[in-house]
Amino acid sequence: MIDKTNTLEKAIQTISDGSTLMFGGFGVPGTPFTLIDGIIALGVTDLTLIKNEANEDGMGLSKLIEAGRSKKLITSHLGLNATVIGIMNRREIEVEFYPQGILAEKIRAGGAGLQGILTDIGMGTILEKNKQVVVMDGKPTMIEPALRADVALIHASVADRYGNLVYEKSARNFNAAMATAADRVIVETEHLVEVGELDPDQVHTPGAFIDHIVLLDQLSKEYGILKRHVT
Amino acid sequence: MSLKEIIAKRAAREIQDGSIINLGIGIPTLIPKYLDATKTVIVHSENGIIGMGQACPRGAEDRNLIDAGGRYVTVNSGVSFCDSVLSFSLIRGGRLDLAFLGALEVSKTGDLANWIIPGKYSPGIGGGMEVAQKAKRLIVTITHTDRKGRPKILDSCTLPLTAGKCVSTIITELGVFDILETGLHLREISKETDIDHIIRNTEADIILPEGELLVF
Repeated sequence: MIDKTNTLEKAIQTISDGSTLMFGGFGVPGTPFTLIDGIIALGVTDLTLIKNEANEDGMGLSKLIEAGRSKKLITSHLGLNATVIGIMNRREIEVEFYPQGILAEKIRAGGAGLQGILTDIGMGTILEKNKQVVVMDGKPTMIEPALRADVALIHASVADRYGNLVYEKSARNFNAAMATAADRVIVETEHLVEVGELDPDQVHTPGAFIDHIVLLDQLSKEYGILKRHVT
Repeated sequence: MSLKEIIAKRAAREIQDGSIINLGIGIPTLIPKYLDATKTVIVHSENGIIGMGQACPRGAEDRNLIDAGGRYVTVNSGVSFCDSVLSFSLIRGGRLDLAFLGALEVSKTGDLANWIIPGKYSPGIGGGMEVAQKAKRLIVTITHTDRKGRPKILDSCTLPLTAGKCVSTIITELGVFDILETGLHLREISKETDIDHIIRNTEADIILPEGELLVF
């Protein structure tokens, strides 16, 4: 039986200066906070980071950026993170913005072994600048190259030892696509079960895409309820 | 009732039974509490919820259930969850019947600017561009003027566009405006204002209805 469980330290040891990393999560749900803390402790720098947003100030991906470890961020929206917007405005980090679903689709294409996608989203806006435009079915569309990473870091609710994954509620978000789009895929999981225990029809990401599983022995405060979003 | 609540309450009346809708940040997030309980409305949230409910009551929060603005939410019976790829397939693939977005500027031809003020405000694009471009019907919910009292409904937008010719209807605290081939049509007026006040606070020319001007 294949058992992909590993320690956090061993799972992330191939990450080095200059690596391109993608992170699941949309806000708190699905963000691999423990893996991010491990990367901070590893001390690597000059990272290119890919994530829907940069979490909120002082949390998750924001901590890596605030620590000056990242040269470039590829993302969709930073509206809830004034600190990273400040770092971007001071030009201490290069930021590339994409429409959220186009970011997801670029990652999907990368995971599907495609070279890119064609889209009319953003045609006629400043997004068209510097993009290669082709006419498809009589309509101008832009080419968006596919996106892959050296390592994808994702969060699951349940994993079996082979890496079959189940996500919970709105925590699925970018995790599912990112699990397919990196040379090495590391998942942190809240629960670990034996192979054969998951209903195969309920698996969201097949274990064939996963390289390392890190079992979370506890969830840090960052995974909990954020007071400022309580009504 | 605040201006934003007035706008949200009027906006809720535009929603048809059985429709799939998406709500942007700001005023649109106030709309669910004004939904007609006799209607079935499927609220889609970009982060992968199809069948979102109301804002979550204090103390009942689920750490894995937020809307796209980070607020804790509830879900309705029949909800399903999906990943970001599928969530945007719903949007770009044309399954979104109606969307509500905020705006910095809207033009009389339906151009929308709501994501960037170059040099001042550029938090990113988010899901708004795809929603604006692909929803079957887009309603902009805005206060009629900005904080300095300047009109937001213009002849043409001065800011970079989110999408061109995408807005169907504009709802402000003063009125409901439909954007048609013929121009900007006032459909309904608030009982708190009059036509002269609306004309003075709107840069674009307004076309009045030939029949009765409804009041809300």
